[in-house]
Amino acid sequence: MNFEFSDEQNLLREQAQSFLAKTCPLSAVRKVLDGKQPFDEATWRGMIQLGWTATAIPEQYEGLGLGYLELCVLAEELGRSLAPTPFSSSIYLGAEAILLFGSPAQKSRYLPKLAAGEWIATLAVGEGAAPVGPTRLRTKATADTIKGTKIPVADGDVAEFAIVLAKEEKRTASLYIVDLNGTGVTRKTVATLDPTRSHAEIRFKDAPAELLGTRGQGFEHLQQVFDRAAVLFAFEQVGGAQAALDMGRDYALGRYAFGRPIGSFQAIKHKLADMYIATTLARSNCYYGAWALSTGAKELPIAAATARVSATEAFHECAKENIQTHGGMGFTWEFDCHMYYRRAKLLSVNLGSLPRWKDRLVSSIEAARAA
Amino acid sequence: MNFNDTPQEAAFRAEARAFLDANAPKYVAARRNETEAQYVARGKQWQKLKAENGWACLNWPKEYGGRGATPMELIIWNQEESRYDLPVGPFAIGLGMCGPTMIAYATEAQKREHLPKMASGEVIWCQLFSEPAGGSDLAALRTRAVKDGDEWIVNGQKIWTSGAHYSDWGILVTRSDPSLPKHKGLTFFFVDMHSPGIEVKPIKQISGGANFNEVYFTDVRIPDAQRLGAVGQGWQVSITTLMNERLAVGNAGGADFDEIYDLAASIKIDGKPALANPAVREKLADWYCQASGLKFTNYRVISALSRGQTPGPENSITKVVSAVKQQDIGSFGLDLMDMGGILMDAKKVPAGLAFQMNFLGAPGYRIAGGTDEILRNIIAERVLGLPPDIRVDKGIPFNEVPTGS
Ligand SMILES: Cc1cc2nc3c(=O)[nH]c(=O)nc-3n(C[C@H](O)[C@H](O)[C@H](O)COP(=O)(O)OP(=O)(O)OC[C@H]3O[C@@H](n4cnc5c(N)ncnc54)[C@H](O)[C@@H]3O)c2cc1C
Repeated sequence: MNFEFSDEQNLLREQAQSFLAKTCPLSAVRKVLDGKQPFDEATWRGMIQLGWTATAIPEQYEGLGLGYLELCVLAEELGRSLAPTPFSSSIYLGAEAILLFGSPAQKSRYLPKLAAGEWIATLAVGEGAAPVGPTRLRTKATADTIKGTKIPVADGDVAEFAIVLAKEEKRTASLYIVDLNGTGVTRKTVATLDPTRSHAEIRFKDAPAELLGTRGQGFEHLQQVFDRAAVLFAFEQVGGAQAALDMGRDYALGRYAFGRPIGSFQAIKHKLADMYIATTLARSNCYYGAWALSTGAKELPIAAATARVSATEAFHECAKENIQTHGGMGFTWEFDCHMYYRRAKLLSVNLGSLPRWKDRLVSSIEAARAA
Repeated sequence: MNFNDTPQEAAFRAEARAFLDANAPKYVAARRNETEAQYVARGKQWQKLKAENGWACLNWPKEYGGRGATPMELIIWNQEESRYDLPVGPFAIGLGMCGPTMIAYATEAQKREHLPKMASGEVIWCQLFSEPAGGSDLAALRTRAVKDGDEWIVNGQKIWTSGAHYSDWGILVTRSDPSLPKHKGLTFFFVDMHSPGIEVKPIKQISGGANFNEVYFTDVRIPDAQRLGAVGQGWQVSITTLMNERLAVGNAGGADFDEIYDLAASIKIDGKPALANPAVREKLADWYCQASGLKFTNYRVISALSRGQTPGPENSITKVVSAVKQQDIGSFGLDLMDMGGILMDAKKVPAGLAFQMNFLGAPGYRIAGGTDEILRNIIAERVLGLPPDIRVDKGIPFNEVPTGS
């Protein structure tokens, strides 16, 4: 049994950690939080130079053709550092959708640009404050154009193109590639709970669209993209959970009340122990997800949902209890606690809510048992 | 990342499996109305057969009845043996905690005399630690040991001693000097449970059984040669036992995800399986994630072992998580049975009494071998590096410590 990352993968982790510590400290994240820029340019450029965008893209499309375990390692470090970059939209979602469903021509056209970081991609699914599904999807596709509004779209204000879920007649839906700089597209940045990751509202008015994958298979395709992305986002969540736990632990050691470190109060110790337990279980489930993703195992739907659910819960718990551990300081804009809290919520809804993933997990178990 | 055995591990697993497949089925599963004595007897036969074939106490040296196996081989054996429902319970404390303590502290002659009989199940050992005044705070124990020539005279009471009523030997921690601070005045022994002056009284548990006991000591004489560690060093020796306890107590077992899933699939609410109910699905998802998280945490521990690293106190999470899960699954299973959830008759409820036994057994599991709270302290202190609890009894002579009584 070997259920750990290899020495080479851990070396990659160390490189990622030192790059991010230097280029993307929390002060850089905060600049995006307080400022107007959609992402941190220096971090994004550095990541591209290090070849991160090319990691899992096959060599035939000018990627490095490493593997998903390497991508998981990077995801964890990006999550830990809260890196404000469009990496996840472009790579976990955009590149994966094209790898899964693109025609050879589409792959050759888009993947090299994504690998080189020349283009940013994103996935446009959400339509406001309720889940999108077969009975609620307003964006319409007719012949080769689409019409409708997508909000919020992560990195929608900076992406070159989006993969858009739109419905046809009856209740079928498909995925379409839309050039966001093309005709019929207007977009604007929207306010979100986590300003360190830029989001947009995108209006499509008869925007030219190119079918991706099989017509009528939009929801099925989307789920497959989500299963893969869920594992990668779960690593980001575990990285974030660990960072929030470490921050809470460090503060509990240094802050004194009643003549003793607050970390000697059992209510605080047990809180931190519970954060550790949640993070450990989530991390182990992530490893299972990484294994399933990297080997193409048929268990992927179960492994992805398990990783997603436990990492979502772990990050939320660690982020909120880290604030609690900091007392009043934790509630200030100036302290960094809220950056984890915001990111945790973003990552807990970006691929659909926790209740929906729990339901999906049980459905996947049912399907596996029926098979 | 893979789940595969190395070639040597695979060969070892095949060997273990061949032995188990050929022999285990005969020892599996209680006959109806089997008494505890019959259960223990069945266990002794199985343990003896294992020892005769080199499958007992795998990681102990050969001369003490073991096999000199690697930690990885022990894990493989445990995985394979647990595929069968075998009567191994009566030996868990002896082989998991008493044996390793003897290996660390007994003389060579004592090890050669006692360990092989322990390994072959001929004698059963128990752990005489907890007392009415010392459970979580074990070092508050009061059972007195007074030196008398080559012997010690022991008076006092132990409690919650699992299996004392069928044990032949026990490991015992006593107070030899009450004028020292509490951790300093302890001395550790092993003791013949058939010694004059030892009286064992079973205690009936929530679950109806009586597996643990009160053990009274009245002028019990223990040879000084049966002392483990120096006089006053009993705490350090106890720590050895407790470290092994952390390794020995693991997953709570009982009805788990598969059982509650099957129950939810079979019970109908208004004509639809309970499994279709969103509230039920949400709980199932949570338990699945916990069970899966524990399973793969364990795989990570095994991976570390397989590379020759020693697992740390991280292991404590298995018991913390699985004991509460066992309790919640038991309770929720009964809820699914609705008004019938109160029935205690195996013929009238699904799944035998699995959920009832979870419900009644889990409270004990959350306490035995370190309570939920103590294990959280351990995680906080040893894993996260937080300060120990501030103790009001620190440095005070034991006989001046407040006791609340
Ligand atoms: C089924 C079973 C089998 C057992 N078998 C054995 C055996 O074979 N041999 C043996 O020696 N013992 C055995 N025990 C005893 C077991 O080790 C003790 O019950 C356990 O350590 C708790 O001690 P206590 O019962 O005195 O509870 P207490 O220590 O009085 O605890 C009461 C409550 O206070 C909490 N508490 C205590 N101290 C702290 C603290 N520092 N911080 C936070 N909370 C605290 C506890 O968590 C608990 O909730 C067994 C117990 C059970 C239930």
